[in-house]
Amino acid sequence: MFRDLYLYKSFIFQSVRNELISRFSRSKLGGLWVIINPLSQVLIYALILSHILAAKLPGIESQYAYAIYLMAGLLGWTLFNEIVGRCLNIFIEHGNLIKKMSFPRVTLPAIAVGSCLANNLFLFISMLGIFALLGHPFNMAMLWLIPLTLVVVVFSLGIGLILGVMNVFLRDIGQVTPIILQMLFWFTPIVYPITIIPEAYRHWLNLNPMYPIVDAYQQILVYGNSPQWGSVLIILAAGIILSIVGLFMFRRSSAEMVDAL
Amino acid sequence: MNRLLLSIQNIGKSYRAYRSESRRFASWFGLPVKPSEEHWVLRHMSFEVHSGEAVGIVGQNGAGKSTLLKMIVGTLKPTEGKVQINGRIAAILELGMGFNPELTGRKNAIYALGLMGFNAEEVHKIIPKVEEFSEIGKYFDEPVRTYSSGMQMRVAFSVATAYRPEILIVDEALSVGDTYFQHKSFSRIREFQEQGTTLLIVSHDRSAIQSLCNRAILLENGTVIKDGNPEEVFDFYNAIIAEKENSTVEVKKLDNNKVQTSSGTGEAKVEEIALYNVKNEVVEVVGVGESVELRVKVKVHQSVESLVFGYGIKDRLGQVMYGTNTWHTEQVINQPKSDSEYIFKIAFPINLGVGSYSIQTALVDRDTHLTNNYEWVDLALVFNVINIDKVQFAGCLWNEPSISIEEISL
Repeated sequence: MFRDLYLYKSFIFQSVRNELISRFSRSKLGGLWVIINPLSQVLIYALILSHILAAKLPGIESQYAYAIYLMAGLLGWTLFNEIVGRCLNIFIEHGNLIKKMSFPRVTLPAIAVGSCLANNLFLFISMLGIFALLGHPFNMAMLWLIPLTLVVVVFSLGIGLILGVMNVFLRDIGQVTPIILQMLFWFTPIVYPITIIPEAYRHWLNLNPMYPIVDAYQQILVYGNSPQWGSVLIILAAGIILSIVGLFMFRRSSAEMVDAL
Repeated sequence: MNRLLLSIQNIGKSYRAYRSESRRFASWFGLPVKPSEEHWVLRHMSFEVHSGEAVGIVGQNGAGKSTLLKMIVGTLKPTEGKVQINGRIAAILELGMGFNPELTGRKNAIYALGLMGFNAEEVHKIIPKVEEFSEIGKYFDEPVRTYSSGMQMRVAFSVATAYRPEILIVDEALSVGDTYFQHKSFSRIREFQEQGTTLLIVSHDRSAIQSLCNRAILLENGTVIKDGNPEEVFDFYNAIIAEKENSTVEVKKLDNNKVQTSSGTGEAKVEEIALYNVKNEVVEVVGVGESVELRVKVKVHQSVESLVFGYGIKDRLGQVMYGTNTWHTEQVINQPKSDSEYIFKIAFPINLGVGSYSIQTALVDRDTHLTNNYEWVDLALVFNVINIDKVQFAGCLWNEPSISIEEISL
């Protein structure tokens, strides 16, 4: 499986590029749309919620603190959300290709992860630009984002693969997952600071796997701290286990998958 | 030269249904879950293909042709048995699969070659060949959405055959595109064949298979029911298409090592068949241009609504040279009585080239043998055509010319 990935590396690279090109080939703003989407989301939340929430954001005094906080959390969340969402439908989307052509199917999720990473990189760069405008320059702590991104990829790939494989046979999964993701989004302190949750209920957040990740993004981007690696490593471990389970299911199902597509 | 390229060992494919999908998921983890239903579309199929062979795969819809091809190509995994392939395989199925309309022909070709498993360096070498063979000029660097379907198919074919594979799988798809490119692609396929590529061709087109293949495999209900030379297999195939209840298919070995296939419900049968020359003698060898008469004695065993006699002259490869029936000539016999006998006399000149020919006969009720087939006999009669007094010529048609030459003095 990993040998296939290596043999097809140039194909994967080409495909990621093709995907980016073809998505924007006939739009005026082209690649900018990758960035405009999440940033407009930031703008909406910032406009609606900043007055309510700005006061409760502890630790920084910049008047744009809330916007920065929001972007930090969204950067992590979008990566997770995008990878899970892409993997969820990847086999169904390429059903025809899988049925007609013989190629290592493991390249499909690899291409998805590749293009999600590229999108995330563009988003990060544009966020850096906005941070600079808001008087919140680059700091060395941001290098922590590199290992953190890897953790997010492993974790979301594991979940995405499991759901994606199951979705081929049970299409309800494709319908229910976005709803669950939406709920998870609101149960994660991304648009609101953790401080608005009453102390008594706060421990429930420990059950949310996205909380340590989003928190790590916020620690790095907003406060310039290194994240709490303890909880992030637990997520990494969970991610590795999920990925192994996902790859295992992917292997076992591959014979039946073509029949169900 | 006779390397074993493809070996299919007792493969079977079943589609499994589980009472619930959670049981299917459990089965992946090795839990002993029995599928609630198992439906075999193909089973106990074995054959081998060696290098240089050209194999036609025929069968009715649902016989398992595409399932078999998909398992050879590798998109489908057999449920049991093994498919062994020694060498690179290329498939011209569903040409243009996965082409992205927004990308240029060149980018799509690179993508498709990547999908076929070529690395960047090889792709770089192949692309100019693809561009040259497809002959679409500057369109090669335009987005595929601006292509006509013919242009798309040109690029797709050029990509699929850019490298000579050990095994080339050709589907019906080949009949698309303009005639010029069709000829071009056919000659490329032949060229590959001469260089030792094995062909696997799926088609309902008898003449395409008989002209390209030296072996045919007939599938029916998911197993191989006939494997042999294309002519024999096609005769058998025609017979089973016509097969109805209480109809029989009979295969008889003739002394010249050919196989005679007859089928039908038996209400009427050919009793005698012979070819006569102008001197009223039975002949087996006739000269080019000679007038002959085919006499066929038919006995009606059971009264039927109508009786139509049809015949066809086939060449050595089984391609029909000429054929017609008494439906078309408006000589249908209405309500022939039981035990009545008829003699059909068909006079015609031998406008055929030198070679061996056979006659097939059909006793049916209408213009085709698909409604009521009383009797159908392939290779009912074999005769040879020799050139006695005509100028030497090539081909399967005697089309005597008169040639005049004028010298133009300068």
